[in-house]
Amino acid sequence: MDLPVHVQLDLHRRMVRIRLFEEAAGRLAESNRLPGFLHLYVGEEAVAAGVCGALNDDDHITSTHRGHGHLVAKGGDFNRMMAELMGKATGYCKGKGGSMHISDTSLGMLGANGIVGAGSPIAVGAAFANRYRGRGQVAVAFFGDGSTNIGAFHEAANMACALHLPIVFACENNEYGEFTPRDKTMAITDIVDRAAGYGMPGVIVDGMDVIAVHEAAVEAVERARTGGGPSLIEAKTYRFYNHHGVQNLGLKYRSDDEVAMWKQRDPIFTLEDRMIENKAATRDQFDAIWAELRAGIEAAIAFADESPYPTPDQIMVGVYTSMSGAN
Amino acid sequence: MADERKLAYVMAFNEAVKQQMEADPNVFCAGEDIGAFGGVFGTFGGLQAKFGADRVVDTPISEQAIVGLGVGAAVTGLRPIVDLMFMDFICVALDQIVNQAAKLKYMFGGDAVLPLTITTAGGGGLSAAAQHSQSLEALLCHIPGLKVVMPSNPYDMKGLMTACIQENNPTVMIKHKRLLGMTGHVPEESYSIPLGKGNILRPGKDVTIVAYARMANEALIAADELAKDGIDCEIIDPRTLQPLDTDLIVSSVKKTNHAVVVHEAVRFGGLGGEIASQIQELAFDYLDAPVTRIGAPFSPVPFSPALEQHYIPDSKTIVQGIRDVMARV
Repeated sequence: MDLPVHVQLDLHRRMVRIRLFEEAAGRLAESNRLPGFLHLYVGEEAVAAGVCGALNDDDHITSTHRGHGHLVAKGGDFNRMMAELMGKATGYCKGKGGSMHISDTSLGMLGANGIVGAGSPIAVGAAFANRYRGRGQVAVAFFGDGSTNIGAFHEAANMACALHLPIVFACENNEYGEFTPRDKTMAITDIVDRAAGYGMPGVIVDGMDVIAVHEAAVEAVERARTGGGPSLIEAKTYRFYNHHGVQNLGLKYRSDDEVAMWKQRDPIFTLEDRMIENKAATRDQFDAIWAELRAGIEAAIAFADESPYPTPDQIMVGVYTSMSGAN
Repeated sequence: MADERKLAYVMAFNEAVKQQMEADPNVFCAGEDIGAFGGVFGTFGGLQAKFGADRVVDTPISEQAIVGLGVGAAVTGLRPIVDLMFMDFICVALDQIVNQAAKLKYMFGGDAVLPLTITTAGGGGLSAAAQHSQSLEALLCHIPGLKVVMPSNPYDMKGLMTACIQENNPTVMIKHKRLLGMTGHVPEESYSIPLGKGNILRPGKDVTIVAYARMANEALIAADELAKDGIDCEIIDPRTLQPLDTDLIVSSVKKTNHAVVVHEAVRFGGLGGEIASQIQELAFDYLDAPVTRIGAPFSPVPFSPALEQHYIPDSKTIVQGIRDVMARV
């Protein structure tokens, strides 16, 4: 608990922004106001917040199908995010990408990704470019436990280590690959065991403890930034809702007791309780933060609601760039 | 011209890469065995010695990560050339090519530029069997977001490879393995050939042959043979298959009233079907005979020279195909 209070409050703010965005998206989905699939990040906020809190604005991240949290944590704009989820022309992707492809390259967020495991090789490329330019930028690949079973992860991890690139592999181990528990799909308990096979250091952290995640991320990012090569962080975490959609209880593949146990370890309330106990903040202070950010999300919903849909003449726009030969 | 500089197809590729690396510090190459070894066909020979191991990067045998390296580096501002040794290996990397490289820009609402060149070597004729001989261009041409290039000679190779590197969209440059040693005039100075512009390889008035890569050269031999019978062939080499120079093909067919499309890929589901369809939609009233497609039989590429020489179309197949078309008039 040596982190300065303003850093703790920054991490808290990132987590609350994610929670509010995701809960709002869940409510909209429940009332059929969002088209398509919705993979909510609620429960895992400490991972995106703790890691992105250790990054500079010009560092890069790649994300997953459960990607809203990563964009919010990197500084994503509620209005453009909510508009994208609704398929509106004012959204981050002008209604072309939706929840699973939400991105903001100006924030270094290289896209949520609908293909499990596909983000890691792209993060390797970003890390390569960062070292090539020599400006000290790093890349972080966010991925789930399930994606460490796909070949792309292996290729990416091996190549990153072989080329000694400035990258952090940030694993969100939420114990389920979609609807199947981890112990049915791999013979190891800890994803971090894989790190040794590539020749990179790995560390397990409590993914419900944003301070722990952040401290591990600071160390790994520093290693990457100073030429120390790749690292793997395994954050043990849990998604409070289903793989997709907003159901959380009565699921066939995990017990309600298990969900209740993890919800008691809510990463936001855990941090708030600890900070209040340590006299680093007060309940009133937190209430004010929630109220302020809640107003932002309500405004974003209104913005998205009022925004126009893209017109059919936009279908062919953006397949190719018209710029050719220019840099 | 006595002083005309000649260069092999493979060295035309090499020279384009070298000149673009000299011109733009953001250009780098990555792939299997391309560094000190210079690539299995010598395509990257000498480049690591000239530009260093940071710009000509030997990678693990990891096709997904090789293309991913290119995608991530391109979207963050570099201009990568990533090599997949044999075209067959694109199948190992298809997610990164089809779901990532081709789609990021669109999915991001245009907020991405991907100046990525994927290079590979296609085609048969080396008894390399079914996993090292394929012509899979139709598969790539079906993917919005990609550009697909297949040069038939050294001059086009250099100009098209230069254009690929300068292009701000993902391109796939497919070298033909049997053309690597082909020599021809290649200017020393840098030049580019616009992607999407075909070439009239041989003007003629009786029948249009649309053929690319090695088959364009077979078509030239066939045309000489047919000229003896008084059949005057016009050969269109599209050079770029995506985007396809449909205007050039259609205007030729409107003049000759006959069309034969030739490729080394299997006939069924090949690009010939698309080209024939375009011709029929845009020039139906001008056709004196159905458009004919010449391609390989619907089997994997066989190993034995005794089989492969019958499998891959050649000038004789083309001559026969054109005689058949002309006989229908």
